[in-house]
Amino acid sequence: MMPSAADLVLPLVMAAAAGLVGSIAVMRRMTLAPDAISHVALPGIGAAVLLRINPVLGGVVALLLGTLLVWALEHKTRIPTEAIIGVVFSAALAVGSMLASGEDLMEALFGAPRRAGRAEILVGLATAAIVIAFILQARSRLVLTLVSPDLARTAGVAVGRLNLIFLLAFALTVALGLRYLGVLLMGSLIIIPAATAKHLARSLSAMQALAVAIAMVSTLVGSLAAPVLHREAGPLIITAAALIFFGSLARRGAD
Amino acid sequence: MSNALEVSHLTVSFGARKVLDDLSFAVEAGRSLAIIGPNGSGKTVLFKALIGSVPAHGTIRWAPGTRIGYVPQKLDIERDLPLTGIDFLEARADVARLGAGEVSRALDLVELPSEVGAQPIGTLSGGQFQRLLLAFALMGRPSVLLFDEPTAGVDEPGQEGIYALFRRLQSEEPLTLLIISHELSLVYRFADNVLCLSRQRAWFGPPVTMLTPERLAEVWGAPMHLHVHPKR
Repeated sequence: MMPSAADLVLPLVMAAAAGLVGSIAVMRRMTLAPDAISHVALPGIGAAVLLRINPVLGGVVALLLGTLLVWALEHKTRIPTEAIIGVVFSAALAVGSMLASGEDLMEALFGAPRRAGRAEILVGLATAAIVIAFILQARSRLVLTLVSPDLARTAGVAVGRLNLIFLLAFALTVALGLRYLGVLLMGSLIIIPAATAKHLARSLSAMQALAVAIAMVSTLVGSLAAPVLHREAGPLIITAAALIFFGSLARRGAD
Repeated sequence: MSNALEVSHLTVSFGARKVLDDLSFAVEAGRSLAIIGPNGSGKTVLFKALIGSVPAHGTIRWAPGTRIGYVPQKLDIERDLPLTGIDFLEARADVARLGAGEVSRALDLVELPSEVGAQPIGTLSGGQFQRLLLAFALMGRPSVLLFDEPTAGVDEPGQEGIYALFRRLQSEEPLTLLIISHELSLVYRFADNVLCLSRQRAWFGPPVTMLTPERLAEVWGAPMHLHVHPKR
């Protein structure tokens, strides 16, 4: 069944948030973190299924806790971020796949495009609005911090707190995508459009605009192609984004 | 004249290794302090301690109302980061709510053409990038400037121009300068005081007493040549 315009509003707003969060993440060279953070949702979803509560809720709780864990480990220990991410990533996948199994596990990993209820749509839209507003409002502080935390500090930016809020915005963006794309694919919607935009853009505004556009176009194409091709929307969305990425490499090569 | 900065018993350790050990000095407002010493003597770490980005023991007392501008020696910037020099300066202006003219004022001060400011920062030459960092530091009219001079990638006439700019700024407003330098002849002409760090200890005093061949040999552990040009 073709999705109606109303069905597409939340995925498109989610894609816009993913593009914005992704452009900051890619500029910070956090290309592995999205995958790790999104995997943290898995044990939460598994526990929620066992407890018979809304799996997205379980995922959100696990994401917020996981984010605080990653942030605290990064700040309180001298372990490199890559190592922390590697450990958290694997542990979350292991624990999560023990808790969830069979169809539930597949849904958690790849998303299940069941119709969202009205309340879920409203909460989703509000969450996306908060994430988008934060990234736009904190853009300058985020940019200074990614160029140099020391310079950001001398300009009066509270670097530690800003990093935490950014990670939380990141986790909320992953949570937005859980239903549509699942744990495995949402990280990709954050990273691929932003990585493509970084290739093509030469200024900050151009990069953010391109990342948002690519994420939204991929989501639209994937959602519309799904009923035609009799496939789930999630993998099609990511395939579309990846095709745009490879197309951008060809274009860059032609310059 | 009152002090812009007073440092007493400053110690910074990384693990078991003390990079700075019980360091004390003061800088009068509007004066220039040069910090010299071999690689690994803790010069950059001292700046990081002064801006509060590495944990330190002891006291660092800035005069009330101090505004710090910091020019780091180098930054690790990807070549393809889609961020122009002007993006970078505008972000600074936005964070501190500075006026719209502040970006072009800063570019003018360091004599960086706006075409260069419109290029991605990863593509700038060493000298251009240093000027951009200096423009960044001068935004918001700092009362203290911490300048960590790069060891490579900046030509000498370019450095002369930057020191001329410092003199001009100091003649216009009370700007206190702390400069990490490798150009001892520039230090000799420019600084009011010299803080000389070695891996073992530190010395503090005016250039005439600090930049003697004996002292330099002791600090570097090898004979050093200093060509002193007449003061301008």
